[in-house]
Amino acid sequence: MSWRYLVPLALFLVLAGFLGFGLNLNPREVPSPLIDKPAPAFRAKLLADPAKTIAKEDLAGKAWILNVWASWCAPCREEHPLWVAYARQSPVPIYGLNYKDQTKAGQAWLQQLGNPYAESLTDPDGRIGIDYGVYGVPETFVIDRAGVIRYKHIGPITADVLRDKIDPLVKRLNASV
Amino acid sequence: MIPELGHLLLYFALGAALLQAVLPLIGAHRERRDWMLLARPLSWAQGALVLAAFVALSASFVRNDFSVLYVASNSNSGLPLFYRLAAVWGGHEGSLLLWVLMLSVWTVAVARFSHKLPLTFAARILGVMGLVSVGFLLFMLLTSNPFDRLLPAAADGRDLNPLLQDPGMVIHPPMLYMGYVGFSVAFAFAIAALLGGNLDAAWARWTRPWTTAAWVFLTFGIGLGSWWAYNELGWGGWWFWDPVENASFMPWLAGTALIHSLAVSEKRGGFKVWTVWLAIMAFSLSLLGTFLVRSGVLSSVHAFATDPKRGLFILAFLVITIGGSLLLFAWRAPKVGLGQRFGLLSRESLLLVNNMMLAVATGAVLLGTLYPLFLDALGMGKISVGPPYFDTVFGLLMAPLVLVMGIGPLTRWKHDEGGPLARRLALPLVAAVIAALIVGFAAGRISLVTTGGLTMAFWIVFSLLVDLKPRLLPAGGSAGQILHRARLIPVAMWGMMLAHFGVAAFSFGVAMVKTYETEKDVKMGPGDSTEVAGYVFKMNGFQEVQGPNYVAMQGQLEVSRDGQTIAVLRPQKRIYRVQQNPMTEAGVHSNAWRDLYVSMGEQLPGGDWVVRLQYKPFITWIWGGCLLMMAGGVLAIADRRYRVRSGATVSRAAGVEAAA
Amino acid sequence: MFKRLRLLLLLTLAALLLPGFAKDAEPVNSDPALEKRVMALAVELRCLVCQNQTIADSHAELAVDLRNQIRTMLQQGQSDDQIRRYMTDRYGDFVLYKPPFKATTALLWVGPPLLLVAALAALFVMLRRRQNASPDAFDPDDDPNDNNDDASPAGNPAR
Repeated sequence: MSWRYLVPLALFLVLAGFLGFGLNLNPREVPSPLIDKPAPAFRAKLLADPAKTIAKEDLAGKAWILNVWASWCAPCREEHPLWVAYARQSPVPIYGLNYKDQTKAGQAWLQQLGNPYAESLTDPDGRIGIDYGVYGVPETFVIDRAGVIRYKHIGPITADVLRDKIDPLVKRLNASV
Repeated sequence: MIPELGHLLLYFALGAALLQAVLPLIGAHRERRDWMLLARPLSWAQGALVLAAFVALSASFVRNDFSVLYVASNSNSGLPLFYRLAAVWGGHEGSLLLWVLMLSVWTVAVARFSHKLPLTFAARILGVMGLVSVGFLLFMLLTSNPFDRLLPAAADGRDLNPLLQDPGMVIHPPMLYMGYVGFSVAFAFAIAALLGGNLDAAWARWTRPWTTAAWVFLTFGIGLGSWWAYNELGWGGWWFWDPVENASFMPWLAGTALIHSLAVSEKRGGFKVWTVWLAIMAFSLSLLGTFLVRSGVLSSVHAFATDPKRGLFILAFLVITIGGSLLLFAWRAPKVGLGQRFGLLSRESLLLVNNMMLAVATGAVLLGTLYPLFLDALGMGKISVGPPYFDTVFGLLMAPLVLVMGIGPLTRWKHDEGGPLARRLALPLVAAVIAALIVGFAAGRISLVTTGGLTMAFWIVFSLLVDLKPRLLPAGGSAGQILHRARLIPVAMWGMMLAHFGVAAFSFGVAMVKTYETEKDVKMGPGDSTEVAGYVFKMNGFQEVQGPNYVAMQGQLEVSRDGQTIAVLRPQKRIYRVQQNPMTEAGVHSNAWRDLYVSMGEQLPGGDWVVRLQYKPFITWIWGGCLLMMAGGVLAIADRRYRVRSGATVSRAAGVEAAA
Repeated sequence: MFKRLRLLLLLTLAALLLPGFAKDAEPVNSDPALEKRVMALAVELRCLVCQNQTIADSHAELAVDLRNQIRTMLQQGQSDDQIRRYMTDRYGDFVLYKPPFKATTALLWVGPPLLLVAALAALFVMLRRRQNASPDAFDPDDDPNDNNDDASPAGNPAR
């Protein structure tokens, strides 16, 4: 059997290998290019008190979690109880980013479902979201004490993700001196 | 009851397909005539059972039986009957059943029209097709049963995706599948030939009409899909290089190469290895397309709801089918002869160049489509490969292909002289460039890329004319003889010219539309008017329109030119009651010269709407070109020589069989 | 959306009944040349929400926001490249429909021309080999009369 006639078969098997591998991947998930880069700066009004603002620098010195949510977002409802529970034992503050939402609606939502956030920032026109590469809600970022993004989770978090990824990471970020 | 009956019928069909696959193939191997003779009746039986199952599913749709999960997911009591029937193939499971139905249609056709083929050969062909049926029926029964029950039954269904509620969309899948599945016939012919060790010109002659028929259907299916997208998606585009579009285009490219390769195999006994390989490739690409659409591996607007288990099954099926046939190819192909001799410059060599170019184009499209997956699998990041890449790469690859398209038909078989050939071609080439420049000038702007594209289109036409003229009007002949001489030209040759002319028309349309289209986004309220490309569009007003299962806001625009009213366009923004997603229905006025395309965008506070007006010159030539290609294919199949010479073929083949 | 349409109908009827005046429709945006540039960029960018449309065609909120962002940046005088970098800084290369030329995409861009060259080379080698093969390797010529029944008559000196 002439070897060159086997080339198509060999190429096909390589292709099939890739396709098989591809079955486990999610083509729709877009990884963030901001990992290990400084978190974009912002100055946002607080949801609880629109007269006050907060800037990124104010949060330096300690690792923190940024959770992007909105009152019109259904999956946010699903993950919210997990945040409420986690907030009680979290070593780091959790900040919410109220994305493209109305202040009243956001406040009511938190009142109804519980407020795990140290503070919630408002982002009514989505500007901060664009800077952070947000393309859907909910999304969660873990940022270290120097203000560098270390992790991004797309979509609602699950207990597994909290336990296996986020919690160990924030503990490690906090521990390093 | 009916769904359960349908489910049972599928099991019986699987049984028939298994017998149809196993008995004739073993019979051919062991030369058991009685087993080989079973191939045809078993094919008919499988066909009847699959058809009955399909009817059972259709009945569930017609009766609004929402206790069937598939019906509840894809239909609704408000859906008009016509679309309720189309909804049978609106989702994954039902479209699979359609696939299997099309396969049994082709199988029955082969069973019916294969009486002139040697029995061993026919038995093997039907056996291989039976194996494919087994694969798909098994896939359905194990992972995608359309007859699964939903208990308790839903009160009403989730409705057919509004994008699919359009006549074009209804015919598009059946035609596309007829094409995809039709290549399984060429595939079966190739495998049967490899198994039997017999690849003569007769084999090519038998395979050719079946392959051309499949190609015609596929051309129709793709063209229809493009035309539908243009009318339904509201942004005026007609091809997006979406992975699933590419999945249908790749078999088309391979199929085109296959048709041309078969021509050489038939005429000169050459290219046999190429032809067999292309037959395997065309169907393999069809199967790959099935995988890409249904596995969730690529993100696409066309993708069905995905399930990794299904993806794994299809992948396994792919590995067995394609891997097995490539293995057989590697084993048997080296023994196949070289065919007849041909010179460095001959029609054969140019057809070889043509096939190479088509193969490269197919490879390029495959590379672009799967590259994001490759990178992601290797952990090297996520990228997107879209129209900017494909337009550039494919456009550039087309240039040498079209060049050869113009030279090939004028070149003699076996051997031709470069000098005289070049002299004959000089005039059409120069004329093509001049014509392209004239058109560009008339349109108001000359650009390099457009001139290139137009030159390609004119080049094909002019070289065809250079070929036609001496046939219809030879030196010394009279003009009155034209019709008589036209009839002397073989029908298949007219088919070739018509199909090539279709390619030219297509290229012309693409070049013109891409270069000279204009668009304008304006805010319009009642009474407002605006001008685009010399046409005045006046908005008369908006009104609410009630459809059978939707409510729409319809704008009424009066289009006039030089004061004369040409048309009234009624673009709509529809909200389908069940799924609640907005759909844009464009208002289009078409003629051979240009389309005027109007679609409604967003509504503004205050009641006005954003309206997008587009002027698209010669866009109908794109689909007109597809129709011409189809017509050419039909003519090629209709050539009498397929029917006249078949008597002589049987004895010759029998002689070969006896000698083997 | 249903109720909004009914309201719109009422408003439209009201508007029609009032003495309105027909006017030349205003373009959505005041600067057509700028819009052209916005669209030229937007057609090359992928909408991340729907993922199978460009930012130019998508109606998703993010797409609208990003189109506005492009417009603002163009008005500020930024170049096309700067705007593309703005997008990829935030969303990665995924957002570009035209893959950038990098080490990881080299094979993608170089592949097709390479394939073409390889195909032509293979063709050349194959034809050469055929030229040099002995006559018995081939099938006998079953058409010694050169029956080019569909070759061009003008090119055949025998006729």
